[in-house]
Amino acid sequence: MLGGKAGWNGIILQILFVAVLVWVGYEIVANARSNLAAQRITSGFGFLNNTAGFDVNQTLISYSGSDTYSRVLIVGVLNTLLVSVIGIVLATILGFLVALGRLSPNALLSRVSGAYVELIRNLPLLFQILFWYLAVLAALPGPRQSISLFSTFFLNNRGFIVPRPVEEPGLMPFLIALGVAIVGSIGLHYYARHELFVRGHAMRIWPYVVGLLVGLPVVAIVVFGAPIAFEVPALKGFNFAGGSRIIPELVALTLALTMYTASFIAEVVRAGILSVHKGQMEAGLSLGLSRGTVLRLIVVPQALRVILPPLTNQYLNLTKNSSLAVAIGYPDLVSVFAGTTMSQTGQAIEIIGITMGVYLALSLITSAMMSFYSWRLGKRLGA
Amino acid sequence: MKCVTLALTLALAPVLASVGAQAETLKTVKDRGMLACGVSQGLPGFSSPDDKGNWTGLDVDVCRAIAAAIFNDPTKVKFVPLSAKDRFTALQSGEVDVLSRNTTWTLSRDTSLGANFAGVTYYDGQGFMVKKALKVNSALELNSASVCVQTGTTTEQNLADYFKANKMKYEVIAFAGADETVKAYESGRCDVFTTDVSGLYAERLKLSNPADHVVLPEVISKEPLGPMVRHGDDQWFDIVKWTLFGLITAEELGVTQANADEMAKSDKPEFKRAFGTDGNLGEQLGLTKDWFSRIVKAVGNYGEMYDRNVGAGSKLQIARGLNQLWNKGGLQYAPPIR
Repeated sequence: MLGGKAGWNGIILQILFVAVLVWVGYEIVANARSNLAAQRITSGFGFLNNTAGFDVNQTLISYSGSDTYSRVLIVGVLNTLLVSVIGIVLATILGFLVALGRLSPNALLSRVSGAYVELIRNLPLLFQILFWYLAVLAALPGPRQSISLFSTFFLNNRGFIVPRPVEEPGLMPFLIALGVAIVGSIGLHYYARHELFVRGHAMRIWPYVVGLLVGLPVVAIVVFGAPIAFEVPALKGFNFAGGSRIIPELVALTLALTMYTASFIAEVVRAGILSVHKGQMEAGLSLGLSRGTVLRLIVVPQALRVILPPLTNQYLNLTKNSSLAVAIGYPDLVSVFAGTTMSQTGQAIEIIGITMGVYLALSLITSAMMSFYSWRLGKRLGA
Repeated sequence: MKCVTLALTLALAPVLASVGAQAETLKTVKDRGMLACGVSQGLPGFSSPDDKGNWTGLDVDVCRAIAAAIFNDPTKVKFVPLSAKDRFTALQSGEVDVLSRNTTWTLSRDTSLGANFAGVTYYDGQGFMVKKALKVNSALELNSASVCVQTGTTTEQNLADYFKANKMKYEVIAFAGADETVKAYESGRCDVFTTDVSGLYAERLKLSNPADHVVLPEVISKEPLGPMVRHGDDQWFDIVKWTLFGLITAEELGVTQANADEMAKSDKPEFKRAFGTDGNLGEQLGLTKDWFSRIVKAVGNYGEMYDRNVGAGSKLQIARGLNQLWNKGGLQYAPPIR
């Protein structure tokens, strides 16, 4: 805390300051309301229950034009979440790999990783999104000339079309078998740990785990029949019917966000690893551990404490940057809600307010999750 | 603390007051010496800048006519290019005095946006454009197609209605700007590009090979396009409305840019009323007596505007159709100037 204890004077000043802030906020809201009413501009949140009347080309929940604007909001939030979550997972993996590559003693690997970071992080993100969308994916052939793989997977400028799994009678037994296998494996793992710590007896459990995870489901399939069938896509009219389609807008956006953010994450991770004294690595190596094991068990856990706060920033950036989706027609929150919905209803203040609220909530949740992880890590490391 | 409060109040005063006092648009425009006119970001025939930055088009001429009526100078217009989704906010916030941007008149826009439509400059309807190579002759053959559309338009809703009514499936890809939409259509991301028919002809000119694309015969909606003004200033509403009616009346009376001075000397009562040689109708509008001749001398009559921008004298070559005068089989009709 800056400035130490405040004292009565300070407390009164602070209360006054908060009161002024509240008053200013109230004035802004009240003034906006009365002005909107004076100009007879509709206000309030009643519009959320009106029929949207337009369609969206990627929805994670069922949606049609006869649904309401509140459903559009959910569709938009889910699409934003989808691209953010995929982006965060992939960018983290790629970022770690690039960082390790850059630190590797192998000159070629470290140069290539360095070049990647310097190239990607210095090009504007919007430009990269447009590059993937307009230069790479748009260059794919049309649906009738699709690139096909075994006549079941199709790639064209409308997206990547894969067979869709359809439920069969054998699904339930299959899932039960898989569940039993997982529970059994976890039990085995704890038993092995117990054996190791209490009796000092190291067990090799992985052959049993593989046997459980593969064997039980196979038995279920043999006894009860196939759990799922695949609906193979086929060209019908202008596009493919059947199967599931990953739209090129999602691919372009995910690729660009992943690569861009990974270049920053790589630097964050590299800084974190370099912050661990090199004596730690040397000590590990001299104990006869391999380089990989030392990194995994000794260096990375210590580096994580340095990595986590800036890594959180990158996650937040990725989520917020996903709003650039609007440039390539990916139906994210900004596109369907702060775009189409706003111009159809004209209720800019409410819609921008809700949109800001959603992004704020997503960011705060991400930060909270990262803080929790960081706190748990701190406890484990005894810091 | 008082100082802080005072400073805050002073700093926020413009923010708090900005929306309120807009009743006197005419005075604001005169004080500024410029009309702020919201237009599209480039739609040939309606509003598009040439390579020297001069705006031309039907919607642009409406603003020039208003400026001519006020300042006797059609160049005193500041054109503000707006995307479809930003246009209403720009009008509501006072960034533009009039929105002349191929905007469809609908009930919900007329009521909920705090704005009024001042008339119809162009009777349009929504259509579809496809590549000739697809060999499609009717919009009813578009089942399962991918459709590119600009977001924030009535087009998106008409599209959903049309495909639903005809029990056809489709995929919609919505872009924020007209250029991105056309680019996606051209690159093959969509089979179909849809917007108002006039827009289809205009955008087709931007394609690398316009002859490879065909506009389908179906017109699936009514799209009356017209200028919008804010609620709450009836004088300004009247000025914009009657500028438009003045243009149509001029064509009806046969007054053109070239013969306006000649016609002003006419003895016929309807000419005398329009040109202000009899009565003070212009002053009743808050303008000058010669408002009518100012408008016609600046941009010509409605027919001349049409020909020059979208009709026979332009690249678009769109027939007059519904936009012909009422006494020639069209819908363009102005109440009498008297």
